[in-house]
Amino acid sequence: MQFALLIYESPEAFAARNSDGTDPYTGAWRAYYKALVAAGIYVGGDPLQVPETGTTVRLKEGKRRVQDGPIADTKEQLGGFTILELPSLEAALDWAARCPAAAAGAVEVRPLAPEMKRRITG
Amino acid sequence: MNGSDEGSTHRTIERVARESYGRLVAYLSSHTHDLATAEDALNNALVAALTAWPRDGVPQNPEAWLLTAARRSFIDLVRHRRVAEASEPTLQLLREEREMTLSAEFPDERLKLLFVCAHPAIDPALHTPLMLQTVLGLDAVRIGQAFLVSPTTMGQRLVRAKTKIRSGGIQFEVPQERELPKRLDAVLEAIYAAFGIGWDDMAGVDQSGRELAEEAIWLARVLLQLMPREAEVRGLLALMLHCEARRAARRGPDGRYVPLSEQDSRQWSLPLIEEAERHLAEAASRGGTGRFQLEAAIQSVHAERARSGRTEWKAIMLFYEQLVRISPTLGTRTGYAAAVGEANGPEPGLVVLDGIDSDAVSAYQPYWAVRAHLLQRLGKTSEAAGAFDRAIGLAEDPAVRQFLLQRRG
Repeated sequence: MQFALLIYESPEAFAARNSDGTDPYTGAWRAYYKALVAAGIYVGGDPLQVPETGTTVRLKEGKRRVQDGPIADTKEQLGGFTILELPSLEAALDWAARCPAAAAGAVEVRPLAPEMKRRITG
Repeated sequence: MNGSDEGSTHRTIERVARESYGRLVAYLSSHTHDLATAEDALNNALVAALTAWPRDGVPQNPEAWLLTAARRSFIDLVRHRRVAEASEPTLQLLREEREMTLSAEFPDERLKLLFVCAHPAIDPALHTPLMLQTVLGLDAVRIGQAFLVSPTTMGQRLVRAKTKIRSGGIQFEVPQERELPKRLDAVLEAIYAAFGIGWDDMAGVDQSGRELAEEAIWLARVLLQLMPREAEVRGLLALMLHCEARRAARRGPDGRYVPLSEQDSRQWSLPLIEEAERHLAEAASRGGTGRFQLEAAIQSVHAERARSGRTEWKAIMLFYEQLVRISPTLGTRTGYAAAVGEANGPEPGLVVLDGIDSDAVSAYQPYWAVRAHLLQRLGKTSEAAGAFDRAIGLAEDPAVRQFLLQRRG
């Protein structure tokens, strides 16, 4: 089954993106990615631009409401996601614990919902 | 009653709860097989103590007080639930026992409880959680954290295991001699797993990790008290004491990870090492070498460095050779490769690593750490970097990750 690791990062982790890529956090991510691929469980994923670049759109009573920034104003913000193919939730939690963001922010593990997808995509 | 008295009463309750929890649960469940009710009853008794003891003073025999209160609560709980099939024998039993004696003396049934927790009919993954809960009184939240399982899931699994124990015909007994080695092994494994979690995950910085390691040592001491003649019990205790002796040396003042070979042996705890050595010698005098004695012997050679200033890698390699023969796990084979690498050089060490099934190691961090180290010593920089990446990517402890990132260069 497939799981999404939703990567929540601290402002410091987002700030590390401005470095030249030799910082330990980015180095740990490179190694983590290699380990995922080598274990044959990596399906996909992407980092997101920093939260300030987000724009939130709602339609309320037919009117467009547009807001700068992400929906929730929390310290840790969604910074990216990784999709993994794994046999169990236990295995997914193990890989989440190894994710560099687990020590610096938080990683939420969610199973994908393929039956929902089938209902939508037909 | 003033505040400090109240504080000391609370501490007394905590101490009695800790020391008596397993004894009381074991005793209350040994005839009824009903672990869940025994735990609920004891928890009710502890809550009652929190009200009664500060008001009336701590009873002369706190454990007997708790047992009486827990027994009453047990009867109430069973009555209340009206569990038709099981309730009558249970109630009868409890009534008899109640009339029998209210003195402090009641049999210590913890050994039976340990064997129940590690029973072959129970999922091995639940042996340690069950022990932590029933013998030590840890709650599902803490156990879940240690095992990287959500508290709800852990709670449900424990409930299912207890239902099985109550209704599945699992006997509360010490196994017969014929089965004993295998059954004892499961108990030892479960205790060691608790120690390993407290050891690896938190690496000496996190309070809850340390506590779990201490709980495991405490469990081994209980087991030794109950089975003083079993050499492997001493072996396990010696192994854990040797590791525990090095806790302070595993981190630099800045929280940096320090590998065993670079630890300052002056920071090791001599009393713990001496205690470990006593148990190991006592175990050896009983003949036969089991897995835990061998692992303890390896740690004993490492501990020698505190006196001699050097590590006898040849001796470690020989102990690993025996260990791999009786217990060819990923862990022992990787440890053997590391020892060969130090004793005979990196090339023979790599040969041992190459003999391990490559599928099995794809998510096994220590394998890649050893491989990276050996390749680096051979000057194979780019191959070493690849192995370092795997080890870094599989590391959970940020300090270990940081250490490997620096080594990788």
